[in-house]
Amino acid sequence: MADSDLDLRIWRGDAKGGELVSYRVPVTEGMVVLDAVLWAQANMASDMAVRWNCKAAKCGSCSAEIQGFPRLMCKTPIADYGDHVTVRPMRAFPLIKDLVTDVSWNYEVNKQIPPFTPSEKDMNTSEPWRMQQKDVDRVMEFRKCIECFLCQDVCHVLRNHDGKSNFYGPRFMVRIAALEMHPKDSLDRRPLLKGNAGLGYCNVTKCCTEVCPEHIKITDNAIIPLKERMDDAYFDPVRALIRRIGGGRKPKAV
Amino acid sequence: MAISEPVARPVAADRTGVKNPYSVLPNWLYPAFVVVALSLFGAYALWVVFFQPLGYVMPYLSPFDSPPITLGRIPPAIWVAWAPLVFRLSCYYYRKAYFRSFFGHPRSCAVPEPKRRYRGETAFPWVFNNFHRFAFYATVVQVGFLWFDAVIAFDFGGRFGVGFGSVLMLANVLLLSGYTFGCHAFRHLAGGDLDCFSCSLAARARHRLWRGVTILNIKHDRWAWASLFTVAATDIYIRLLLAGVLHDPRWVS
Amino acid sequence: MGLVSAAAYETVETDVLVMGAGGAGLRGAIAAAEAGARVLIVCKSLLGKAHTVMAEGGVAAAMHNVAYQDSWEVHFADTMKGGKLINNWHMAELHAKESPERVLELERWGAVFDRTWQGRIHQRPFGAHTYPRLAHIGDRTGLELIRTLQDRVVHTTGVEVHMEVTVFALLKSEGRVGGALAYRRADGSLVLYRFGALLLATGGAGKMYRVTSNSWESTGDGTALAYEAGAQLRDMEMVQFHPTGMVWPVGVRGLLVTEGVRGEGGLLRNKDGQRFMERYDPDRMELSSRDVVARAINSEVEAGRGTPHGGAYLDITHRSPEFIKRKLPSMYEQFLKLAKVDITKQPMEVAPTIHYQMGGVRVDAETAASSVAGLYAAGEVASGLHGGNRLGGNSLSDLLVFGKRAGDAAAASAKKNPKAAAAGIDPAEIEHAIATLMAPLDRPEGENPYRLMAEIQDVMTEHAPIVRDEAGLAAGLEKLDGLRARAEVCGTGGGQSLAFNPGWHTAHDLRSLLVNAEALLRSALVRKESRGAHARSDFPKTDDQLASVNFVVEKTAGGMQVRPEPRPPMPEYLADAVQRSYALYTPEEME
Repeated sequence: MADSDLDLRIWRGDAKGGELVSYRVPVTEGMVVLDAVLWAQANMASDMAVRWNCKAAKCGSCSAEIQGFPRLMCKTPIADYGDHVTVRPMRAFPLIKDLVTDVSWNYEVNKQIPPFTPSEKDMNTSEPWRMQQKDVDRVMEFRKCIECFLCQDVCHVLRNHDGKSNFYGPRFMVRIAALEMHPKDSLDRRPLLKGNAGLGYCNVTKCCTEVCPEHIKITDNAIIPLKERMDDAYFDPVRALIRRIGGGRKPKAV
Repeated sequence: MAISEPVARPVAADRTGVKNPYSVLPNWLYPAFVVVALSLFGAYALWVVFFQPLGYVMPYLSPFDSPPITLGRIPPAIWVAWAPLVFRLSCYYYRKAYFRSFFGHPRSCAVPEPKRRYRGETAFPWVFNNFHRFAFYATVVQVGFLWFDAVIAFDFGGRFGVGFGSVLMLANVLLLSGYTFGCHAFRHLAGGDLDCFSCSLAARARHRLWRGVTILNIKHDRWAWASLFTVAATDIYIRLLLAGVLHDPRWVS
Repeated sequence: MGLVSAAAYETVETDVLVMGAGGAGLRGAIAAAEAGARVLIVCKSLLGKAHTVMAEGGVAAAMHNVAYQDSWEVHFADTMKGGKLINNWHMAELHAKESPERVLELERWGAVFDRTWQGRIHQRPFGAHTYPRLAHIGDRTGLELIRTLQDRVVHTTGVEVHMEVTVFALLKSEGRVGGALAYRRADGSLVLYRFGALLLATGGAGKMYRVTSNSWESTGDGTALAYEAGAQLRDMEMVQFHPTGMVWPVGVRGLLVTEGVRGEGGLLRNKDGQRFMERYDPDRMELSSRDVVARAINSEVEAGRGTPHGGAYLDITHRSPEFIKRKLPSMYEQFLKLAKVDITKQPMEVAPTIHYQMGGVRVDAETAASSVAGLYAAGEVASGLHGGNRLGGNSLSDLLVFGKRAGDAAAASAKKNPKAAAAGIDPAEIEHAIATLMAPLDRPEGENPYRLMAEIQDVMTEHAPIVRDEAGLAAGLEKLDGLRARAEVCGTGGGQSLAFNPGWHTAHDLRSLLVNAEALLRSALVRKESRGAHARSDFPKTDDQLASVNFVVEKTAGGMQVRPEPRPPMPEYLADAVQRSYALYTPEEME
């Protein structure tokens, strides 16, 4: 039954170098790429490094580049490809080993984003909060994020221009959007967006939206609305004038 | 761990899944299309703006020349065409299109790209894209004139009539409105800047408007291309009438 | 021992060490840090990937936002009845009383729940809960909970997180746990954590079974480490089969189908189109407790009324497509993508999958303290709250309520014993633990650990299935003995590198699995009755005598010992609540 086998090519190596190694994996019905990789690991390459957890597209651990495109391995059926598949680690992050990359930068970025902060009044009330479904729907889309970091991987600012010191990346634009648009949040993160978060580095080319396994409309619903909010504060002379006269929300210093 | 004996099955038999679009279409196709389409339109628009007289054939007025301002020897389209030009240049959809196609930033997703210094929209000239909403304001005024023109296009010397040109102009202004009012900047102004949609009467009304704009906004790229096409088509049609090449089929009451 | 002669390790000191970054670990860390302790979290995966994200349905809390009649007493009675009365009643009481507060607190930390039309937190109905009680966010409640706690942890001063670190031994000094040896997955380097108190929040051991909704992480490390350190385990025979896991295609077998599908009106049918729950629990039908539904599906399949792939049909097509996509988005996506089934048009095929361990470390109800000084446990790794069967939604509230209590208590304990982190630990013990960990690397010819793990899973699947019997369990124990001997001398499957070597990691995980598997089989042997998740074909009836007994597992000089322990009777007001509930709300199924 050799002709029903899958030729699975996995990048093996570490930061010093490596190569694609081919594994013949028997295909079962409904098999996803992660199954094939784990089969190869259990039977042919016990020391092959790969991250995975839930195997149900809920944890965002098994991110890799399948046929050159960033995807979750657990959500990609083998049947989509045919008799050979190439799996490589994410390219935007430093390699640790095989399919495992060092994504710690993302966790560092998250620390720099001021957390959810309700107003004094909301904080001090003993009553449970009231919010309408329509107020939270928009935020819920962003909170679907499973932090697979595929959007970070595909973002050309981070991937090709090594812009990690300039731009937080799409994942954290989604995070900031979730905070900024939360009906009970009281902070103004527009100075951060203009400053360290580097929103201006995004040129809305939408690859992040294309790879998002949760189908979050990252560009249209998070990044662009944030750009507009940033523009309210920094690129709108009319509003600046109104603020001078005494109305409207003033951005705090960066 | 799938260690137990796996049932091997032919792979090709159940190739029913969604394919990676990038393995099906070559990734230069989209940029090539954008470059060709925008270059053709750009060249045509320049020719019209600088070298053509007022595109008016009773009762049709070319969208390039609306409102028809004639001052001295300056071509009328100069007074008008800058607004939609700036609007489209700073439009969030066209930004994707030209950054990908003309600059390769990035040409397609997860591909190598030129190692030029990249500053995105933080520096000249692209930082000006942040003023998109002002282009929107100007374009709204222009779309107002175009609606007026489209209504006039059904007025054949005081009598109601329908010509091919009237239909074309109506279609054009409809698509342009869908494009203009589905704009991301307008979506923000409509209600996107609210954090709470239910907290006041005004907020609730703006939420309804925001939802409407969102519907138009979802396929902003389609609206952009369709309206670009009808603008060119309307203008070409009117100039062909003007040159006497075509005859406008019409019914007048 | 070639590779480890140096046995170099780094020492890190903290007040409270938290093992595991799921809901309980994170909530515990926040509590401990707010109580003024320095906290260090170690987790086997990246932060935010813990198994809690798989919890879909919701978090149970009697907030009476949807059903005004709900109260903590009813929630308490539901939990006790669901657990077939062998729960620790004090834990169930604390849980029912405190979970609303914990949920509301989550909201103040930024969690966004679905709302009722009045703007309150919406609550959905769920199996064996008398009233709609589960606060939820579509079908990804666990993710919301993890993300909220994760962001809280990241911005809480005094909390540090060490990701992708596996603890492989606990060390005691003067009768108190004070040290934990761990390796970093990325490079195999060793760390000795010294602490005042340890909070175990490592989750369950679902990897004992082949068809499981659990990830590679769920190897029961916490129970095994605690057992080795001398702590008592309890109710280890009680593992929950979630009634609805995917059965087809083969690759996704065991993947969870949320109980929310039934909560939103999903119907179970056999291949003849019959709603078979009518015959098993006519009152609650699909929303019966998980043990009942799992056994019902099992019985239907065994009677030859199963679907082509050996399961039952779960049908929600009578709801509108918009409703399904809004309320169960990830289920819709999961079936469409992985099984090519559109659940708005076609029924799902489901069968029981291993899901949750009700048993675990025996803890004190108020403080979550184990029987070993300095050792605390919360969440799935602890036992008591769920008794013989866990109700859906009670695990997330468990994490929050007892995570906080454990964190508070661990911080207090660490404060009371300021010298614990510096107390002496026998260096020979450290040497020995490291040598055991490293040994597989020195056995390139040794057996493949993945194969051993698969064999353990085969043994458990065959000998400790939904319905068990004496002969099967005993035979299983015998096979485990053989596997244990082989695991002790297994290799890594070939690779000898210390750098991110899953074969080597698996060789160690086998030890945890074996402890859990043995405890399960031994406890199941001595519980000679059918109760909750534990069903015996040779003792099909519930034995009222055993309602007052929990089985406690302990390490002794002669190996693993299981002994019955009588339970204190419920105080009158709690017994009343349960009695009232039998009379007023839902009649319990009789077996």
